[in-house]
Amino acid sequence: MASLRHELRIAASADAVWDIIKDPQSIPDWFPGVESCSVEGTTRILTTSNGMEIPEKILAVDPKLRRFAYRITAPLYTFHLGTIDVIALGVNDTLCVYSTTAEPDALALIIAGATAEALAEIKRKAEMSK
Amino acid sequence: MGRKILFITTDQQRYDTIGVNGGTLSRTPVIDRLASEGIRYERCQPTSVVCMPSRASMLTGQFPSMHGAWMNGVPLSVTAPSVAENLHDAGYATALIGKAHFEPFMDPFGRFAENALANLGVPTVEQEWYDGRRGVHRGFDYMELATHGPTGQLHYSKWLRENHPEAVSDFYPVLDREFNVNAAGGGDSGAPQLGYNKVPREWYHTDWVAQRTIDWLSHQDPDQDWFCWMSFPDPHHPWDPPKSEVGRVPWREVPLPVNYPEDASLREALIDQKARHWRAWYDGTLVSNFEAPAKWVPATLSADQVREVNALNAVEVELIDEAIGRVLKVVDEKGWGEDVDVIFTTDHGEFQGDFGFLFKGPYHVDALMRLPLIWRPSRSSDIAPSVVTAPVSLVSLAATFLDVAGQKPPHWVEGERLPLSDVDAEQRSFTSTITEWDSSIFGVDVHVRSVLTREFLYTEYGAGTLHEGTEGELYDLNDDPLQRVNRFGEASYAVAQAELHELLRDHEARPGERAVPGLLTSPV
Repeated sequence: MASLRHELRIAASADAVWDIIKDPQSIPDWFPGVESCSVEGTTRILTTSNGMEIPEKILAVDPKLRRFAYRITAPLYTFHLGTIDVIALGVNDTLCVYSTTAEPDALALIIAGATAEALAEIKRKAEMSK
Repeated sequence: MGRKILFITTDQQRYDTIGVNGGTLSRTPVIDRLASEGIRYERCQPTSVVCMPSRASMLTGQFPSMHGAWMNGVPLSVTAPSVAENLHDAGYATALIGKAHFEPFMDPFGRFAENALANLGVPTVEQEWYDGRRGVHRGFDYMELATHGPTGQLHYSKWLRENHPEAVSDFYPVLDREFNVNAAGGGDSGAPQLGYNKVPREWYHTDWVAQRTIDWLSHQDPDQDWFCWMSFPDPHHPWDPPKSEVGRVPWREVPLPVNYPEDASLREALIDQKARHWRAWYDGTLVSNFEAPAKWVPATLSADQVREVNALNAVEVELIDEAIGRVLKVVDEKGWGEDVDVIFTTDHGEFQGDFGFLFKGPYHVDALMRLPLIWRPSRSSDIAPSVVTAPVSLVSLAATFLDVAGQKPPHWVEGERLPLSDVDAEQRSFTSTITEWDSSIFGVDVHVRSVLTREFLYTEYGAGTLHEGTEGELYDLNDDPLQRVNRFGEASYAVAQAELHELLRDHEARPGERAVPGLLTSPV
């Protein structure tokens, strides 16, 4: 089991950052290589730019904690947990933390690598929206 | 019309696997002839002993600590400098056919251009360049890519799956179910990463790379200058060449490598002289890097496995030699014979049994660091054939390509043009080369720097998971060319060690604008 974390400090309000990620349908707007997605209940299926489908289960969308949690349920993974935490540090100062815990380890690294780029896009969008 | 450049690389090929360098297993008449007509380098070192950092150095002319792709799985920034951009600016048609690997292979989201091109069905995409302009990806007009088998998203995989799907399962599976390098044994000896592949030779990636290169060359105007990087994925493991060809080298008749003592206690005595991660890997207590199978214990390697690995490796080398011959025939038929520079090399070496190991990692000895390098200058250049014994590095390739094209090297190129002879090497002070290693994966950190001179191979280990930052290895190449006796810390070598340490310090302190080290985004 590998557990990895990326975080970025964003010069925008926590609400502005949360607004970008809170809708499960919004992921193609900020996650690299996700072309589209479908959401039915707690099931989300991503379609990547190379045509791969990645099924996920949404575990938590908590506006009070500003926390989004999900699992990749593709059989390649024996376990996956992804969490995005949006933490207010100040009026226009937010810490966004994207964590990945998964097995096999190699897949954790691959997903976490993409989440670092996703964070950069979340930051770009949030700071533009100010 | 200027000189054209055919740059040929293989993957993970030892110096001693070709005939002209003393190899006896493979017949390599085509490469041997290039050497007899050109310049053969006896001491070429990589900047790194794994693919991505080494290949990035070929493209940028920079060491990994400068270009930022510091380990496998760290993509080279798309805005990193690229010699192909300069050649493109100089009017060259630019192609890379075969294995690129400036970007990670494991890419389910298709984030990286190399992995996206085949699905997009385009020869290249537009990206930002180093100087802020936009242009073709890393300066290549045309990319048609392959790796070691049918998995992944590259052109060869797609071609094989679409045209010969029945052959896909014939290849040895490089990765296991946990996406680690597969330790499963194959062949007659049960060696890891070895298999007998039913795929017809003409569908195998070596012939595919040659054929796609021939196709690209055939479409070039005879007066067009071009830079074509033909990059074979072999003889990198898996060792699974077409079964129809394996009879070329009967494995039971293959002699054991000179640096593989058959007596395990002798092997272990040699390993125990080296830094402690050697023995840890040998015993299976720590696999320091992703490039070796996580579930394979080198102590289990048998003499027969070494023989069979070396036999199939030799078959793969022969197939490459014959493929190069076919491409050179087309070059001649197009009327370019007088005006093409051919440069042949590889990105790093392979243990192939030395000291009881296979594969590669942070182990800086000749098996991984002494590379074949041959430059056959165009006949029109009137450069005389020679043998260069001075240390040279792959970091010199970019400056060499630019020199062939009549271009001055830009400020970002660290390596100087390759010497034409030992006299030229002496006049231009080719006296030492540096090889770097940095890795940090799954909680294991390793940091290594080595310097090679005519007399010594010297390695220092930085502080990491298994090293305190005080360990090292020093081999006296005059009386210990096989690098068996570690002189690090011996009083009689104190002066030499201090001088070699200074060379490493100078390297770390060298000027230049270092890229921000890239982010590890994949194991490979």
